[in-house]
Parts: sequence; structure tokens; C-alpha cells
Amino acid sequence: MKKTDDNERPLVEIIDIKKYFKTPFGLLHAVDNISLSISRGKTLGIVGESGCGKSTLGRVVLRLIPPTDGKILFNGENILDYDKKKMRLMRQKMQMIFQDPYSSLNPRKTVYEIIAEPLVVNCIFDSKRKINERVLFMMETVGLAERFINTYPHELDGGRRQRIGLARALSMNPQFIVCDEPVSALDVSIQAQILNLLMDLQDSLGLTYMFITHDLSVVKHISDEIAVLYIGQCVERAPSRELFQNPIHPYTKILLSSIPVPSLKSRSIQREVVKGEVTDPINPKPGCRFAPRCKYYKPECLSEELELKEVKPNHYVMCRLFG
Amino acid sequence: MSERPNKSVFDKKYSKKSQKKEIWRRMKKNKLSIIGLVIFCILVIIALSADFIADYEELAIKQHGDIRLQKPSKEHIFGTDQYGRDLLARMVHGSRISLGLGFFTTGISLAIGGFLGAMTGYYGGIFDEIVMRLMDILLSIPALLLAIAIVSALGPNMINLLIAITISQIPGFTRIVRSTVLTVVGEDYIEAARACGSKDFRIITNDVLPNAIGPIIVQGTMSVAKMILLAAGLSFIGLGIQPPQPEWGYMLSEAREYMRDYPHLVLIPGIAIAISVFSINLIGDGLRDALDPRLRN
Repeated sequence: MKKTDDNERPLVEIIDIKKYFKTPFGLLHAVDNISLSISRGKTLGIVGESGCGKSTLGRVVLRLIPPTDGKILFNGENILDYDKKKMRLMRQKMQMIFQDPYSSLNPRKTVYEIIAEPLVVNCIFDSKRKINERVLFMMETVGLAERFINTYPHELDGGRRQRIGLARALSMNPQFIVCDEPVSALDVSIQAQILNLLMDLQDSLGLTYMFITHDLSVVKHISDEIAVLYIGQCVERAPSRELFQNPIHPYTKILLSSIPVPSLKSRSIQREVVKGEVTDPINPKPGCRFAPRCKYYKPECLSEELELKEVKPNHYVMCRLFG
Repeated sequence: MSERPNKSVFDKKYSKKSQKKEIWRRMKKNKLSIIGLVIFCILVIIALSADFIADYEELAIKQHGDIRLQKPSKEHIFGTDQYGRDLLARMVHGSRISLGLGFFTTGISLAIGGFLGAMTGYYGGIFDEIVMRLMDILLSIPALLLAIAIVSALGPNMINLLIAITISQIPGFTRIVRSTVLTVVGEDYIEAARACGSKDFRIITNDVLPNAIGPIIVQGTMSVAKMILLAAGLSFIGLGIQPPQPEWGYMLSEAREYMRDYPHLVLIPGIAIAISVFSINLIGDGLRDALDPRLRN
């Protein structure tokens, strides 16, 4: 097993990551100064509404798109310093599961070719037989029947396709997987299957997940820690249980109260509904970005840049009034 | 794991060879494309065995004043032309030049245009901008005019004709390939391939191009016909094939004056061009469908 000091250090550390996109109207702050860390074998849930930079963050962490600034430490090493060759080797340890199982699989390749691709590319096995065995083993692991090995993705349903994507990501024994809304394109019954599969795999293979989603009930189910994003900033970060019991940031409160409750009694519960639209992420004003929609808004909210403050142990909030 | 009973079946089933078989099996189901393939094979065999069918010097080149403009008969199955040359001999020998020229130029311009299109579409940026503006400049000149300019600058002969029409077709291919590559590059599976650690070259050849192949094949098959006609046009104004070399397009335009009285002089080369183009298009369609696993059945 790993040494103890290795275990104490988070597997992935994201330090002051920024990703700005140039647009004709100015700089779009997709990810703005986010720092996070994920411990070995744990799951960090990333939640936020559409367009808040969740997926961009996921892709930046894997260096699929280069960040504007910041550091990404994997096992304590900054992968942004790696050259192309070293990065390619590094990719074996960090994989991604995509949101849309329909567009994330090459329609011209069979299930076998898709799962074998990472093995072939990285020359992990020297013989074809070993690759074949690995592919079959991976299919077994993710619960795909062997008879599908020679089929094409379009012949399979969404759940099975997502299993293929999972098998592809797992085939090289990665340590870290970014799951970019892996279940949001599936129907509810299959969502549960895939989520349970992900959690089982985490237990058996010791995987570390960064789980991106907009679905709070999903994130509650799977995460150890949760980070709430709003327009490129992390506004609240806490262990899953703590966040759900004790949300502090007004935005988190609204998010949590928007979870549907399957009960007739809940009809009478007053829900907090967020008013207005998301502020423009292009050249955002200083201060709290949620202020224009916040019911506790005070003028001083916009006065200065805010920082994540630790209000309780491991519970960080970026808010002037409650932080 | 170690005792899987169907191991040999596995190795047999999932080799690359079986995929080619699979494509051929799908292709065979498309009757029209098989008809096209048969016609095309006949044309190629005729072109290859031209010397056995008719003597080049004696029948296709040498002029015979006494048998000018004869209608089809037993000795001359397609009749003779205005110089007393056997039309069958000229057609047969002409097929070498016409088909060869059509394929050669399409192949070269597809290779160059395809490469440029894939690069610009995949990498984008400044390189894309420069190449595409160059292509725009080339496109703004009509293909025939561009070819005329190139041939008259280099001098009229076969090689220069090939160069000229190849260059004139490159922008079309570059644009088609680039636009299809652009739609494919946005897909998640390209990003997935990158996340696996694939090199760019492998991504382009393994993931991007196979998914962009449809429009490329269609454009390629149509271009063969375009090339033959473009060469004919250039030959007609004296910048391409030099008479008395037989070439279908040139034969067609040469025979225009006699069209009213001796329609076979125009009909035969015309039909030959039409048939070869038709067969190539049928093959192209069949191939495009056979290569797409989504259209299987």
C-alpha cells in the first residue's frame, strides 16, 4: 500500500485556477480563482447552475484546455509544467467521463475498439491477447455483457453507452476521474444504476472523483465534500453532510431549497426562488457576484473582492454578510 | 479470465481484417454500387488492354483519307472520324488518358486538399486563416481560367495539364474537408481521445477523418467527372492534350462541327464519359454507406 505521508497529501490540488476566454465583448471569466483539493479515494462534488464554469473547471483540471493562470498539483507535482510527452503519460492516471454518452463515443468504432483505444495508444500491453483480456475484464467490471463487444454505440441504449465510457476511462487503471455530469443525460432508473456502479468502483479500485453536476440529489448521494460554484467562483465549500444541514451562503440556501421533495405535505412549504438572471460572466464587477439576485443585498457587498473564509472547520464561505 | 472458452473466436472476430470483410459485405448489399463497380472494372480492363484491342499507331493516330466519317459498320464498330481514324480504337486508347487523368488529378488534389483541410480544421488559428485566405484567392478565379493561366505559363503538355487541373481543384477539397472536420472536432469523442493520451496525428486519422469521410467521398467521385470535362475544355482550346492524341473530352469537342450529320461522333465519347462518371458515382455512394456503421442492415 501507499506510504502514510503520501496518503495524507490530497491527490489533486487546484490552486488559484483561472480560465478566461476572450470574447468580442471582453474577457469571459469562466473559472475565477478557484482553489480546491481532493483527497485520495474521496469524491468532490461540484455544483452550480448552467454556465457557471463547472465543465470548464473539469476540463482545466485534466489540462484538456489550458488554464489562464494557476497550478494543478497531482500527487504534489504541477502537471501544467509537464511537456507534451510527459503529459500524455500522465493522462493514464487521470481520466474523464463525459456528460453525453451519445457524442462521447466515436460512432465508427465498435465497443471493443473504444475500450481498447487507451490501451493501444499508450502501449500498455505488448500483445493483442492481453489487450483483449483487459477489454473483456473491463466490460465485466462495468457490467456490460460480452456479446456487445462487437456492436457499435448507436446500437446500444444510453445506460450501456455510459458504461462503455466508464470502461474506457477505467481501462488504464486511473487514480482520478473527472465525471462531467455522467448521469444527467440518462433516465432516472439508469441514473441510479450508474451512480451505484461509480460508488462500487470507487470502493473496489480506490478511485478519486471530481463529480460535476447540477443535480443536487445526485451530488448528495455520491459526494464526500461539495463545492458550490457561481459564475466561476467557489462560493461555498463544505463536507457534504454539513453543507446540506447547514448551508450558509444565500445562493446555496436557495439551491438546496429548490430540491424537489416527493411528498404532498411539501406543497405548503415556502420555497425560496431565485429572482433575476445570472450576471454576465464577461468582465464581472468586483465584489459579490450573487449580490444582484440576493435578498440580503447590502451596498457594501459590491465594495471589495471577497475571499473564501473558513467559518467552521472545513466549511468555507465567500460572503460578506454571513462569512 | 484465463479460461475463456471462445478465445479463438474472439481473435478471429475482432481483427481489422474482419472489418474490411464487414464493409465489403455491406457494400455487396447495395445492388446499384455493385453495378457501378462492374461497369468500372470493365472500363479499367479495356483501358489496360487497349494495345491488344486496337493498334495505337495504325488505327488511332494514322489518318486515312479514304474512309472519313463512316457510320458504324462491321469493320469499324463505332465508325470513323473526320480524319478516317477508327473511333473504337481512339475510344479505347482515349480511355487510358481520360480515366487516368480523372483519377490521378482527383487523387492528388484530394490528398493535398484533404491534408490542408484536416490541418486547418483541426488546429485552426493563424495557420487556418492563412491557408483559407489563399484558398479563397484560388477560388475567386474560375477553375478553367486558372488552369489556362497555369498551362500557358508552363507550356501545353500532359504534365502541365495535370498540374493545372490539380491545383484548380485543391480549394474545393480543402473547404469540404475543413468544414466536415470542423463539425467532427467539436464532438466529445475527440476530447475523449485527447484525454486518453492519443497524439494529434492519430486523432486525425482514427477519429476525425473516418467521421468526415461521407462528404469527402461524394466530392471525390464528382470531381473525377469534373476533371475529365475540365481537361476536355483545355484540350479544346489547344492547351491540354495535343492532337492527334486521343482523349474523350477532346474528341467530343472536336466532333462538334459534324454533330448534325454524324451524331455518333459526339454520342459515343459523350456516353462513355457519362457511363464512367455514373459508375464512379454509384461506387462512391455505395462506399459511403458501407463505411458508415450507423446505416448497417
